[in-house]
Amino acid sequence: MTPNSGLLAVRDVSLSFGGTAALTDVSFDVQEGEILAIIGPNGAGKTSMLNCISGFYRPQEGGIFFKSADLTKTPTHKIAPLGIARTFQNIALYTGLSTLDNIMAARHIHMRQRSVESMLYWGRAQREEVEHREVVEGIIDFLEIAHIRKSIVGALPYGLRKRVELGRALALESDLLLLDEPMTGMNVEEKEDMARFVLDIHEQRGVTVVLIEHDMGLVMDISDRVVVLDFGVKIAEGLPDEIKNDPQVIQAYLGEV
Amino acid sequence: MSVLRKRWQYVVLFVGLAALFLLPAYSSESTVSFVNRVLIAIVAVQGLNILTGYTGQISLGQAAFMTVGGYASTLLVTQLGWNFFFALPVAALSAGVVGLIFGLPSLRVKGFYLVMATLSAQFIIPWITRNIYGDILHGAQGLNVPVPIIKLPVINNLCFFGTQFDGELGACVYRFATSDQFIHISLVVVILSTIVAHNISRSRLGRALVSIRDNDLAAELLGIDPFAYKLKAFFIAAVFAGAAGAMLAHNLRHINSVTVNLTDSILFMGMLVVGGLGTSLGPIFGATLVILLEEIATVMSPWVISVLPDNAAGATAALRPLIFGLALIVFLIFEPRGLAHRWKLTKAAWRMRPFSR
Repeated sequence: MTPNSGLLAVRDVSLSFGGTAALTDVSFDVQEGEILAIIGPNGAGKTSMLNCISGFYRPQEGGIFFKSADLTKTPTHKIAPLGIARTFQNIALYTGLSTLDNIMAARHIHMRQRSVESMLYWGRAQREEVEHREVVEGIIDFLEIAHIRKSIVGALPYGLRKRVELGRALALESDLLLLDEPMTGMNVEEKEDMARFVLDIHEQRGVTVVLIEHDMGLVMDISDRVVVLDFGVKIAEGLPDEIKNDPQVIQAYLGEV
Repeated sequence: MSVLRKRWQYVVLFVGLAALFLLPAYSSESTVSFVNRVLIAIVAVQGLNILTGYTGQISLGQAAFMTVGGYASTLLVTQLGWNFFFALPVAALSAGVVGLIFGLPSLRVKGFYLVMATLSAQFIIPWITRNIYGDILHGAQGLNVPVPIIKLPVINNLCFFGTQFDGELGACVYRFATSDQFIHISLVVVILSTIVAHNISRSRLGRALVSIRDNDLAAELLGIDPFAYKLKAFFIAAVFAGAAGAMLAHNLRHINSVTVNLTDSILFMGMLVVGGLGTSLGPIFGATLVILLEEIATVMSPWVISVLPDNAAGATAALRPLIFGLALIVFLIFEPRGLAHRWKLTKAAWRMRPFSR
């Protein structure tokens, strides 16, 4: 159970709710600079896995190592500053704030102003607002959401909210980006946009991406490696082409042949 | 972004503030005391706005923290001989510390249960003032509060800046004895508290507070420590309340356990809802409207007595809560986002003229 050379090492993680096992002895590595997809049928434990990594759930057994820190023992709010950002399956934006403020709120961990300075809005506080606003405007331009900059996100359509949430995760400037079903519920065009953004983020910013996705065509296209979960157990791991022809995976998805 | 962007906005602000500062020169005493009451309420509601409007933690303890501020400032002035202007900030901070203690349950409980926890402040603090340290706090009777004064040295047997020679103190003294003088203290405090409240809303602290209100789980995963920021919100809210309480005590010249009570806490919450939760202008609009309605109730009471002569006392007593409750219901149904939202719409419509309808 030692951290290895990869960016993120998941080691024998077991998580259960009461008597229900959500994850059982799951282990995998995430190498620096790759796009790793986690797939599996509904209820396979994919989101639970992501929740364990981001500190929302605490697994009963095992460890998750990121840059030599054990995430299972790190307080939840200290995980983002280590360099991990995520989006949520059901969108968890700050609904009462504008697009701009949502993304600015994610700059929290990069700002140094004390609360007293915030109250006075003087010196460092004012300087920081300007600096970080520039970064945020860059993200807004990149994601092509300049036209909704001032809109309250609660009133935005689904596809745009997903994009704002991606922007908020980007604003953390993390090394590892966890995307929980970023393309669910979108039409083909929106899906392609989102896939393009993910690939651009990966290439331009050198961010390592772990994503959960149900659209197999998309997963096979954009991911470098795939991990397959079924009933909380890892049943396969490998290159997209290997996974496509793995009998166990086919069985998990289609049942006995 | 600057708050004031155009020259005329500066002019309006300056003229408005000048009109308020010079109010005693051209208005009746009752008008001045009304404005003074509004100003003190604004400070308390601004504090509540930080806690409830921005952070989403509902609190019914605001009046209790005002009581703490009032007592603390009175004791600093009478027992330690401090000047009111030093006692005010220290009293506010001490109320903040008490607020912090009652904010601790917010770690574990939310919503309705947190209301219950903060409600406890409303019972514990007045109980303490009534039953503990009777020799200092004088139990239910309460304390008489001295007039705030500014002392200046006598120069060449003359007093300057409108101060008058006081033989007992051997110095030039300016007394904030009535609302005519006190309103200047209230105005300065309101201006400072408005600036602080607005700065919070547009900076790192404010965004962290709103993130906790809108989605505390996401906020935590994005690196914001919810507990630390909830406590900060409780502290700031109680500091504002403490300042308001200290001002109220020195304006009324008397404080006891019921000077500000649970009814006031509920009134503050009502003012916030009527004005607009989570906006910088909301507390100002809300406090003004609700206290104006109270004045209207007072004006209406002779008419109510003439209509219901058999039950005059009961009818007049019921008039205030009746009007307040009615206003609250009307706002909840027709403008739940409060007067501040209405104001924003009006401004937008004005900017768009003549195309807005």
